[in-house]
Amino acid sequence: MEFAFCDQEIAAHRLTKDEYREILRRLGRSPNRAELGMFGVMWSEHCCYKNSRPLLGQFPTQGPRILVGPGENAGVVDLGEGLRLAFKIESHNHPSAVEPFQGAATGVGGILRDIFTMGARPIALLNSLRFGDLEDGRTRTLAAGVVAGIAHYGNCVGVPTVGGEVYFDPHYQGNPLVNVMALGLMETKEIVKSGAQGIGNPVLYVGSTTGRDGMGGASFASAELSEQSAADRPAVQVGDPFLGKALIEACLEAFQTGMVVAAQDMGAAGITCSTSEMAARGGVGIEFDLDRVPARETGMTPQEYLLSESQERMLLVVQAGKEAQIKEIFHRWGLQAVVAGRVIPDPVVRILFQGQVAAQVPTVALVEDTPVYHRQLLEQPPAYAQSAWAWCAADLPPCSAAGLGPERPWSQVLQQLLGGPNLATKQWIYRQYDHQVQNNTVLLPGGADAAVVRLRTLGQPGPHRGVAATLDGNGRLVYLDPYRGAQAAVAEAARNLSCVGAEPLAVTDNLNFGSPETPVGYWQLATACRGIATACAALGTPVTGGNVSLYNETLGPDGQPQAIYPTPVIGMVGLVEDLERLCGQGWVRKGDLVYLLGTGAPISLGGSEYLASVHHTLAGRPPAVDFARELKVQTACRGGIRQGWVASAHDCAEGGLGVALAEACISGCLGATLTISGAGRWDEVLFGEGGGRILTSVSPSHQGAWEAYLTEHLAGEWRCLGGVGGDTLTIHSQDGSTLIQVSLEDLTQAWQQGLTRYLA
Amino acid sequence: MGGQYSAQVYITLRPSVLDPAGAAVQVGLVNLGYDMVSQVRIGKYIQLTLEAPSLELAHREVDRACSQLLANPVIEDYRFDLTAS
Repeated sequence: MEFAFCDQEIAAHRLTKDEYREILRRLGRSPNRAELGMFGVMWSEHCCYKNSRPLLGQFPTQGPRILVGPGENAGVVDLGEGLRLAFKIESHNHPSAVEPFQGAATGVGGILRDIFTMGARPIALLNSLRFGDLEDGRTRTLAAGVVAGIAHYGNCVGVPTVGGEVYFDPHYQGNPLVNVMALGLMETKEIVKSGAQGIGNPVLYVGSTTGRDGMGGASFASAELSEQSAADRPAVQVGDPFLGKALIEACLEAFQTGMVVAAQDMGAAGITCSTSEMAARGGVGIEFDLDRVPARETGMTPQEYLLSESQERMLLVVQAGKEAQIKEIFHRWGLQAVVAGRVIPDPVVRILFQGQVAAQVPTVALVEDTPVYHRQLLEQPPAYAQSAWAWCAADLPPCSAAGLGPERPWSQVLQQLLGGPNLATKQWIYRQYDHQVQNNTVLLPGGADAAVVRLRTLGQPGPHRGVAATLDGNGRLVYLDPYRGAQAAVAEAARNLSCVGAEPLAVTDNLNFGSPETPVGYWQLATACRGIATACAALGTPVTGGNVSLYNETLGPDGQPQAIYPTPVIGMVGLVEDLERLCGQGWVRKGDLVYLLGTGAPISLGGSEYLASVHHTLAGRPPAVDFARELKVQTACRGGIRQGWVASAHDCAEGGLGVALAEACISGCLGATLTISGAGRWDEVLFGEGGGRILTSVSPSHQGAWEAYLTEHLAGEWRCLGGVGGDTLTIHSQDGSTLIQVSLEDLTQAWQQGLTRYLA
Repeated sequence: MGGQYSAQVYITLRPSVLDPAGAAVQVGLVNLGYDMVSQVRIGKYIQLTLEAPSLELAHREVDRACSQLLANPVIEDYRFDLTAS
């Protein structure tokens, strides 16, 4: 068959020859250049999930609190008392790799638009970051740029950045992950949907002007990074947070009038994506005139208009006759607002340019029945996983109660762990963020396992309620075992919420993976998705949407693509019924008793931070997640917090029990003396990792009530380890020998210098 | 023949890149009555003094410095004038 475009042009739009043949079949003719560009972006993984859609279908998405599930700009959950929360996570990995500051900043701008497009006012931001080895100067530049970019947009737009997580590992070298999550409270009576309605209704273009920035970002985001990416650099957009703030206010004001029928933000693939998705969701067509679009550059071609990813732009469908009133609102906020199109009965996207039809594509051809690739799943776990699972702790050098040999006492190992960039304080990062603007942040970054933001109900008496949010995803565990690792991420997110006293409600997930076209890559993706689906079902936290970022790979020096760790990031939100009953992670009072909940939970050194940073070994298999125990431990913790017995609660995560105890000491500026028992290796007891364990502290005055409660609800799964006090962390074994004894000052110093050694 | 050179480096945003500060200044100017101003683009001006064996080598070094540190080639263009001083 003779193609109107040569192979290179088709490949430049990142379409395969088969996909091009399918376009010819759907149109019944050759596409023109503008139409080819539209198909290129709409059929990218970023927009149509062609590799992941069959896998996402298994996620549980229903629940009594779920008002809006996957498919809209953001998920919405019912918080009761008339409050509704919109939330969503999105990645900006590829733009951040090329231009860290603007890439991360526009990632924040993009996720905020998803929230206020629904009619919600953004109330909080979180971010999940992954970088390479900090010893490398390029990593330090990337990390500093990304953090500054997030701070720039978030701080200027006036939305607090309240929490998040960051890991450093050579597997992310050159391909950092920048995932941003936003939460918003609905301000409008009706949730604003994105389906265009009402034949003849005007289509308004509002916000900023259109330039050539961000050309083809969506298809760029779906490609591997290579040295060539430097030449792709014009794909970087520049955000304007002050204009973004004006757009938030103008949109919320416009939605309040009830005259806006539908709204969609212009993110990836700009005008192409917003017109075709609005038309397809409404079952109608849209005619759109590019000559009306306010441009800030001259001589732009239709294709450039259609693919531009200029920031801070939205498309609204407005009731016929009300366009003047809506335009007036946007003009008052100093924003562009023009009628650039109308809703038409034919289900097509018709683009006009200089009086001619520049592109006309059936919406169904663009957004529905888009290509889907069902790939063959490996029948056996790949060789790398099988050999990792063959590892066991006995392969490590012998150790004793004194330490790893006479030269390496456990106290020193603990300080080494705390001083590593993955466990050290992230203060250098979150100090750059304004985490208190809007004046509703109750639990600040660094002090608790999850962030908590006050739900301000004006004029309402009674206990103040709050929303808690967390982001979790340990890529190393998912690499070693995608199923267990992904389950562990969901379980940890729920546990973090439970540790502050919040009831987990719902999930938004960001799937960061390598190429699904390799058998191992697809196995990782498919197996992790199954893990997330089963975990969310077991914990009763439906998935309301998210983002998929594939092809996170860099070309190594040998020319072979090297994938990142498969990294699903789980964003979870929870409800705090009473802000008076909240928990941080640090000890609160001298003399309080320390309890470990979930004492029977299986732990392992496989994939642990200890194994990676002390023994430089990537091996082992994370323990299976026991959801029955997980639910019991978390429910007991929340119950203790609600009763007012539990004064502090902290999840035993990376670094195991030893690091969790140290973190509770550092956060609370109080020492503790504890006795732990264990069978097997002492490093496994101290630093082994696994879910289902929470460390709590309780005042002796509540000892009787708390222990009776635990005996009833968590029989055989709890133990009192000792008490809070003094200025050292002292850990004895059950036979009386001292495992660890470190002064609070030394612990704190190691922990505080972990990041600032590299980033200053 | 070695000597001292001075370079005047001009760094501007690439034409396709949005300049929020420039746009804000343009609006400010119009509000003050300068309504003839239709566009403002803000850049940086950097002066360098350097020693080099020749004008050619000085040119090469300044060019390298610009692309590595002074300008962000992802979003900025640069040009410079170089003279013996």
